[in-house]
Amino acid sequence: MDFSNTEEQQMLQESVQKFVYKSYDFDTRKQIIASEKGFSQENWDLFAELGWLTVPFKEDDGGFGGSAVDLAVMMEEFGKAMLVEPFIATAVLAGGVISEQGSAEQKAELLPKIMEGSLQLACAYAEQGSRFNLANIKTSAVIEGDTVILNGSKTAVLNGSNAEILLVAARESGATTDSEGISVFMVDASSAGVSIQSFANVDGKKSAEINLTDVSVPVAQRLGASGSALQALQDGVDRATLAVSAEAVGAMESLLHKTVEYSKTRKQFGTAIGTFQALQHRMADMFIECQLARSIVIMAAMKLDGGESALEKTKSVSAAKSRIGRAIQKVGQEAIQIHGGIGMTEELDVGHLFKSVTAAEIMFGNTDYHTQRFASL
Amino acid sequence: MNADFTAEELQFEIEVREFLQNDFPAEYREKVDAGIRLSKDELVHWQKILYKKGWAASNWPVEHGGTGWSATQKHIFATEMGLIGAPEPVPFGMKMVAPVLMAYGSDEQKQRFLPDILQSNVWWCQGYSEPNSGSDLASLKTSAVRDGDEYVVNGSKTWNTYGQYADWIFCLVRTDTSVKKQEGISFMLIDMKTPGITLKPIVLLDGHAEVNEVFFDEVRVPANNLIGEENKGWTYAKVLLTHERTNISGVPRGKRRLAALKRLAGNTDDGFGGTMLENSAFKTKLAQVDIELQALEYSELRTLAALSVGKAPGPESSILKIVGTELAQEMDELFVDLAGYNCLPFVPEQFEDGFQGEAVGPGSSAAAALSYFNNRKLSIFGGSNEIQRNIISKAVLGL
Repeated sequence: MDFSNTEEQQMLQESVQKFVYKSYDFDTRKQIIASEKGFSQENWDLFAELGWLTVPFKEDDGGFGGSAVDLAVMMEEFGKAMLVEPFIATAVLAGGVISEQGSAEQKAELLPKIMEGSLQLACAYAEQGSRFNLANIKTSAVIEGDTVILNGSKTAVLNGSNAEILLVAARESGATTDSEGISVFMVDASSAGVSIQSFANVDGKKSAEINLTDVSVPVAQRLGASGSALQALQDGVDRATLAVSAEAVGAMESLLHKTVEYSKTRKQFGTAIGTFQALQHRMADMFIECQLARSIVIMAAMKLDGGESALEKTKSVSAAKSRIGRAIQKVGQEAIQIHGGIGMTEELDVGHLFKSVTAAEIMFGNTDYHTQRFASL
Repeated sequence: MNADFTAEELQFEIEVREFLQNDFPAEYREKVDAGIRLSKDELVHWQKILYKKGWAASNWPVEHGGTGWSATQKHIFATEMGLIGAPEPVPFGMKMVAPVLMAYGSDEQKQRFLPDILQSNVWWCQGYSEPNSGSDLASLKTSAVRDGDEYVVNGSKTWNTYGQYADWIFCLVRTDTSVKKQEGISFMLIDMKTPGITLKPIVLLDGHAEVNEVFFDEVRVPANNLIGEENKGWTYAKVLLTHERTNISGVPRGKRRLAALKRLAGNTDDGFGGTMLENSAFKTKLAQVDIELQALEYSELRTLAALSVGKAPGPESSILKIVGTELAQEMDELFVDLAGYNCLPFVPEQFEDGFQGEAVGPGSSAAAALSYFNNRKLSIFGGSNEIQRNIISKAVLGL
């Protein structure tokens, strides 16, 4: 048994830390969020150059190996600095779905572009009314000869406004919540009939609402066989769930660290507030939450990399997301409370970390959803 | 033992309800329901409607133009206001500075300030907290030095709510640095138009600048704007804080939000063909909030019964503050739960008055996270919940 990082993981971690230290302070992040794209192309090019964009991909796909533990190590560092670059949207989620579901030709065409940083993607799966159920898809795909006509609305499409290609989950057959009948189509974002409403989420990451009205796409743009995409979507979302969980572990670590430091310097009643036992115990509880969150994310990452059954893997992801969701509420809320009014302001990073972890709690299914999913599997 | 209202009280309840149904403008009600803030003009307009009815100052005695209501009548009024979503009059004038003026102001000061507060002609704000004096308010440093007929004020105040609207500010200032910190504080009224006052908006996590930092640079204040005696301000301030802590349980608003949660849950798909009202985890949490609200309501009624037989508000108000604020925060968590992905978009401007752009997300679902963030303030302000627990430990448990 050995829970220490391998030499490679350590290098990866240090390389992210170095980047964050040099190029991703709080003010720089603010400027990036305020920019038109909402992320830095320069950073994205650098990620490609440093090989980070290959981390989520298997060696067979030309990637670094696709280890979930590697991914978690990296995401944790991203989370500490609240990176807004669409790493999860493009590389983990969309890249993952293509890797699972795409044909050899499709993979050969798209995956190298993702890894070299020249292609932005978004995965449009969620809809109003679907909540977190991936099988709940109303968007219709009607085949007419060599083309498919897509109609429907997608919500919470991470990176939707910057993606050149949208992976649109649509129903070719079956009822709204059937697991069979779902396909994923690669849709050029500039296609006629695609309308995109773009905005930033509470964590600063770009997202979009997307409407599809009689969007015509060649059938050849379907990933894999007709109606068979749900499993690949689930696997992609599971990996993205692990990634966002690891990111939250990093952000919670920052919240804890900043709260403890603040309590040592903030003086009220003639003494640092960190000397009050009432607050000490609460920070001790925050520490415990951070540790348990880290443990369960490591567990899930190891299971994803190991020889467990598909069911075990999925269950461990839901276990992780459920547990970190509880930690997020506790650590996030206590960090603000112990900071007091100053923690409520846009000016201080603590509030932004709180908003980031709150978004993470919801993303890819909230605590209740994953607890119930765990129980039902 | 009974929790019944008298026949007169029941009659009064009907009267209040009918008035609010008819006179609280429907367009304001719609805005409140949609999570849109009322503008300054709208708030003032509503307060003037209350004034015309004679109900602007529910907590004032008749001699100053107040209602002279009993504790129970005040409770009924606050309940009906909360249930319909009508905003309480902005508290800084009506509930904070006015009681201090009545108790400790000179006749000249009462005549000068109270009528304009009653008629909502003048907007007041609060100058208590400072960047380094939050929970430890008595450590405040903003100084006022006597110079002839004036005081010269220097320093800064923070968490000043709606200072951007305010005509006047009431401040705690330090007038003696040589004594125990509580004994060198004075209570002073300052015209916001006085040269040397600048306002810096503080944007909170929901993207809205509802609070400010106020800077005083050589601000000259007439000495007759001092309330009562110099260096007695802390005593006066404590009176004010007691008033700030009544009506803080927010039970009526809680009931309104609980009803909204139930409605919303019934209209929110669970993703599996049912609604969130049928989701076991959500249903359980909703029931817990419902039950807690009932326990809180009866705690408030017990406090009320004690008040109506003439007992002073005691540390019970700390219980109401702690439980009321934490319950309101739990309700925010439930709204976030229901909204799911729909609360992620950060588009705060769509909930500002007069927004013309394209709204994001269905209904007010995108307001859920903003409200969740903003309401973290509830357990921080008005005497943080830690301070309230200290009060209970010391005053009730004798620890």
